[in-house]
Amino acid sequence: MVNLFSQISAYMIPAIIVFIPLYAMVRKKKPVYELFVDGAKDGFDTAIGIIPHLVGMMVAISMFRASGAMDAMLMAVKPLFDWFGIPSEVLPLGILRPITGAGSLAFTADLIATHGPDSMIGRIASTIQGSTDTTLYVLTVYFGAVAIRNSKYALKVGLFSDLVGFVAAIVICMLVFG
Amino acid sequence: MVNWIWLFLIVISVVFGLINGDMDAITQAAFDGAKSGVTISFGLISIMVFWLGMMKIAEEAGLLNKLSRLLYPFVRWLFPDVPKNHPALGYIMSNLSANLFGLGNAATPMGIKAMQELQSINPDKHTATPAMCTLLALNTSSITIVPTTLIAIRMNYNSANPAEIIGTTLAATFIATGAAILADRWYRARDKGPPVTYPSATSSSPNIGGEAHG
Repeated sequence: MVNLFSQISAYMIPAIIVFIPLYAMVRKKKPVYELFVDGAKDGFDTAIGIIPHLVGMMVAISMFRASGAMDAMLMAVKPLFDWFGIPSEVLPLGILRPITGAGSLAFTADLIATHGPDSMIGRIASTIQGSTDTTLYVLTVYFGAVAIRNSKYALKVGLFSDLVGFVAAIVICMLVFG
Repeated sequence: MVNWIWLFLIVISVVFGLINGDMDAITQAAFDGAKSGVTISFGLISIMVFWLGMMKIAEEAGLLNKLSRLLYPFVRWLFPDVPKNHPALGYIMSNLSANLFGLGNAATPMGIKAMQELQSINPDKHTATPAMCTLLALNTSSITIVPTTLIAIRMNYNSANPAEIIGTTLAATFIATGAAILADRWYRARDKGPPVTYPSATSSSPNIGGEAHG
């Protein structure tokens, strides 16, 4: 099953890379290389345009983690977790996940290393990490690329779905592996 | 809301730094953060340049249109205010399919391109349209079929069954995405002011950051 999926993933990109220009050239008689260069030009400006947004956000997140403010926030919510009988080791992930992808991945790897991949903590952490994306990063990059300043309700929706995903991951794991 | 979160993170950090008396660490963290922001953006350059080149070929060859027609009813329902046959729909479809297959480095360029297409039909260039919010909601909750990175990590630590989390991840991801779509719908309905008519664009030029200097 995993092998099948990883095989599909492995062939996917080369297949796309070969199919698109081949189809365009043979079936539609398009100047494929010129089109590629033409489209690729936008890529540079877009990536550079994201820098200010990303720097601003990464500074704040990095400070927040280094100051110990995040740990304090975790301590505040811990009793609630203990009350529900949920291993509170996974709690930091709930807060890390929407904020920093690299940070939460590192934290997940650490939990897996400490408690073992097949422990309840390891399973819950894997599920949380895999089931949502880093909301703040996605918002910064996607809206930054088009210079949207007023993101309206987008952040609320993203954080809400993170919370739902976090709770769902815990409940599902406790039901399936419990 | 982003403004408040940003301010909150910074102010709280400095307050904690004051309490802990370790201001050097805060300063260091600020510059480390700035550095990683630039590093990430530079990492994006290569994949953006490559995929946007590819997608330009796909667009000109009509492949994007084909793709968007494939799941048209679903996308139509999610993005009711994007004009029919607008290139944005094709890019949205490519973005969603790339996410689905766990092709993270292809999903981002296509998602950004979709945003730029949506921006071209945005009457107020500084404010996100409902369609943009929906696209963002789908990407933050990111439906993934195979969490490849995690399976690799679990293998590293000798898991008896590294892939056993595929099922739970899939279930959690569907619930999270469902919640995102529902919340997005709810805000859409609540936000509905006077109907906005979008100019139906036949072709569009990408709108890269230009508005930021206004």
